[in-house]
Amino acid sequence: MDLATFAVQCLNAVQYGLLLFLVASGLTLIFGIMGVINLAHGSFYMLGAYLAFGLAPLFGQNFVLMLVCGTLLAALFGYLLEWAFFSYLYQRDHLQQVLMTWALILVFEELRSMLVGNDVHGVKAPDWLAGTVALGELMTYPVYRLFASLACLAIGAALWFTVNRTRLGMMIRAGASNRDMVRGLGIPITWLYRVVFAGGVALAALAGMIAAPMSSVYPGMGGHVLIVSFVVVVIGGIGSIPGALVAALLVGLVDTFGKVFFAELSGIGVYLLMAVILVWRPEGLMRKGW
Amino acid sequence: MVATLNRWLPLLAALALAALPAVLSPYLQDLVLRVMVLAVFALSLELLVGTTGLVSLGHAAFYGIGAYATVKLSPEFEAGNLLLLLPAAMAAAGVYAAAVGALSLRTKGVYFIMVTLAFAQMAYFVVHDTKAGGGTDGIYLNLRPVLALGGQTLINLDDKRSMYGLALGALVATYALLALLRRSRFGHALAGIRVNEQRMRAAGFSTTLYKWAAFVLAGMLAGLAGFLVAAKDGFVNPEMLSWHESGAVLLVIILGGLGHLRGAVIGAIGFVLLKEALSTPALVGHVLAERWQLTLGLAVMACVALMPKGLIGLARRKESGS
Repeated sequence: MDLATFAVQCLNAVQYGLLLFLVASGLTLIFGIMGVINLAHGSFYMLGAYLAFGLAPLFGQNFVLMLVCGTLLAALFGYLLEWAFFSYLYQRDHLQQVLMTWALILVFEELRSMLVGNDVHGVKAPDWLAGTVALGELMTYPVYRLFASLACLAIGAALWFTVNRTRLGMMIRAGASNRDMVRGLGIPITWLYRVVFAGGVALAALAGMIAAPMSSVYPGMGGHVLIVSFVVVVIGGIGSIPGALVAALLVGLVDTFGKVFFAELSGIGVYLLMAVILVWRPEGLMRKGW
Repeated sequence: MVATLNRWLPLLAALALAALPAVLSPYLQDLVLRVMVLAVFALSLELLVGTTGLVSLGHAAFYGIGAYATVKLSPEFEAGNLLLLLPAAMAAAGVYAAAVGALSLRTKGVYFIMVTLAFAQMAYFVVHDTKAGGGTDGIYLNLRPVLALGGQTLINLDDKRSMYGLALGALVATYALLALLRRSRFGHALAGIRVNEQRMRAAGFSTTLYKWAAFVLAGMLAGLAGFLVAAKDGFVNPEMLSWHESGAVLLVIILGGLGHLRGAVIGAIGFVLLKEALSTPALVGHVLAERWQLTLGLAVMACVALMPKGLIGLARRKESGS
């Protein structure tokens, strides 16, 4: 492999890793704060991809505006879903949460099939994000992939800022460490949970929207992403956002270079990585924290 | 009187099951066969979840490995030997369970759920992505296993009656084994671990070893269920190892009632009947039958929400009420 190919693959790995980080951070938010094992998180990613498929023709060249509108729609959906369904799961044990959200996947998949059918779709990136750009003298790289990486970085930074530097973030962190205390302090915890859940859904859907022009939009696309983002959360250490970032980049590297070097068995590379890391550190790479 | 009857109920049920093929139509006989195979699979998970308190979301891996081992080890142009294939399928599942258990039992709670899920995915991708596993389409079993002694074929699984008999035998053996195990010192140790692992360790039990042994045994029994399915259907596909399958079998034991062996069997009956009913146009109409996943999902939510103790909990409530 020459240097140019190697560099391109590295960029691909980072881009995939950042995308996974978005999905996994949504999962961590929902799990870390509310303690709900949400197997349906992949469905929110799928929702995002189908939102992109539906909205892209309406917005034309205004891709960024489309991402904003799609995210708001997904957040609204998450808010309503928490009110209608997830708020009843907090008091239940993990086993029942696993089953309830497992059943929710069946419902979502069937609803998707009823609403948009089972065809595989493509989403076209706007003209200003199409084509490739020269990076130095060494190589060219697709503009859209650069845009995807930068968008994920920006969203990650915004998430970090929200959690660490705002009043809402302070309540979220407090809620994660001691929810009874937070309730005692008079913070509207029901509302807080609903907002955090909507945020988690929005993050997953945003990742799905960003991914849509790179990979096709197809039935069952949420499942694979869900499991890989679970792996990211486990490797990083449950509830740790920096851990999720490091783990997502590691997974991106292993997956991308696994596909280059071991085409046939590339699927298991990520899980081998997880096995190795858990033998070394059963609680994941980092402790709970932000 | 009721208590005595209750105690002999599993035996009566086994006798009834043995007599059923004489009166049932082929369709119903096939339905009962499906229930029995699922019940073996569910019982194997019940040992982990209900008895030991380990929630695994990757149990389908062992089931699938048992099934794939059966097909891969069968000779291509003649029927395989039941006496070789059955232990081989269980051993293959057991070996993977030994490795997965050794690694995943280092973790606890939610980590354990996710780690078992990830190891199952690993197995899924191996059969899904490699040529040896036959890819998405799976592989066919050319000839079903037989048991031959001295040139005489004693059991041929091509024969529906024999298949039924073998599945019934497997179910009775699994049930009896687990029932004995629960009464043994080993079983009491597992129950102790479920209730309070810390205390068991303080009392001098090497709890990890006990949990590992339970994990391997559960894996082998899941391999047995996998063998039965491969022999019954005559083909295997990667979906057998998928996490949807693991979720489904977890649902079966919760639907029946956790912590009771008969819960797993009742859950298997309930699940097969529910799925069959929801996908039969004659019962629910064409529109809904085509969307059976939707109705199944909603039914599952309703079951978990309304019956946290499962179907067996309903019976108990009635008993104590009267």
